[in-house]
Amino acid sequence: MAKDWPLWEIFIRGQYGLSHRHVGSLHAPDAEMAVLNARDVYTRRNEGMSIWVVKSADITATAPDRKGPMFDPSNDKTYRHPTFFDIPDEVGSM
Amino acid sequence: MFEFLLRMGDNTLVLGHRVSEWCGHSPVLEEDIALANISLDLIGQTRMWLGLAGEIEGKGRDADALAFRRDAWDFHNLLICERPNRDYGHTLMRQFLFDLWHHERLADLCLSEEGRVAEIAAKCVKEADYHLERSKDLIVRLGDGTSESHEKMQAALEALWPYVGEMFTDDEVDTAMKEVGIAPLPSRQRPRYDAALNAILSKATLARPESDFTHRGGRYGTHTEDLGHMLAQMQFLQRAYPDARW
Repeated sequence: MAKDWPLWEIFIRGQYGLSHRHVGSLHAPDAEMAVLNARDVYTRRNEGMSIWVVKSADITATAPDRKGPMFDPSNDKTYRHPTFFDIPDEVGSM
Repeated sequence: MFEFLLRMGDNTLVLGHRVSEWCGHSPVLEEDIALANISLDLIGQTRMWLGLAGEIEGKGRDADALAFRRDAWDFHNLLICERPNRDYGHTLMRQFLFDLWHHERLADLCLSEEGRVAEIAAKCVKEADYHLERSKDLIVRLGDGTSESHEKMQAALEALWPYVGEMFTDDEVDTAMKEVGIAPLPSRQRPRYDAALNAILSKATLARPESDFTHRGGRYGTHTEDLGHMLAQMQFLQRAYPDARW
């Protein structure tokens, strides 16, 4: 049963103009069933317009113990962060 | 028309309750949620059908009164809806055989000349469309799956087959509904059902049973004893504590 089913990562796009966001994962025997299961598990309250499923095993991720070398160097370079600007309200979400 | 509406509403009520019995017991979490969704869809549809039935009857009974204060012989659902869940394959086969009929029936009712019937059908048909997509997928996967799943699905098909014919039997209520343009005769649907069924069964490598024998009686209130057991549980609260609210 479930122990033989691969894990799938579920991405849902909430509305037009926004990108797909990771919402969670679930088990399913194949991609089509993963889409149907995702519909039932994650879009019960009108959350979605579009669903992507990706086999968890197909995702290549950064290793947690490489966190320092990967991300720390960007942390202390404040000039890369445009935090000194006032963003006009009309711009909306960035 | 009251009778016609009861039949529609009782089908979804009885099957919806049956499916809900799996809640918390399904083989995997994802299936549990999916089945609970289907069950809620069906019970939601029941509210609309029985709500309208109560209105037409005009005796002050609402959907709740019709669902919880009638005895088995006043239920007019198809017998297939009340068949017990047994194993999961059996439950899925029952759902598939019903969905295939239900989706087509609702699509026909969308063209009803009675506006309120067409309106309810238009809401329900989208849900039924999804239920059918899911049922078909699962039947093909399990039928054409392992030898164990194949055997279970074939056994479920054989066991439920004698309850399929009842969907397409016409009686005087159906004739009356046809004459006033509310609903086409159930028998008209059979060729479409058969064509779709054969296509799915062959994809699922399942053999269609040959017998034409069919149980009937559900639509007149003659039920299997399983319905009584189900109602005893479903109606207990309203029977023991009438008008209880929370």
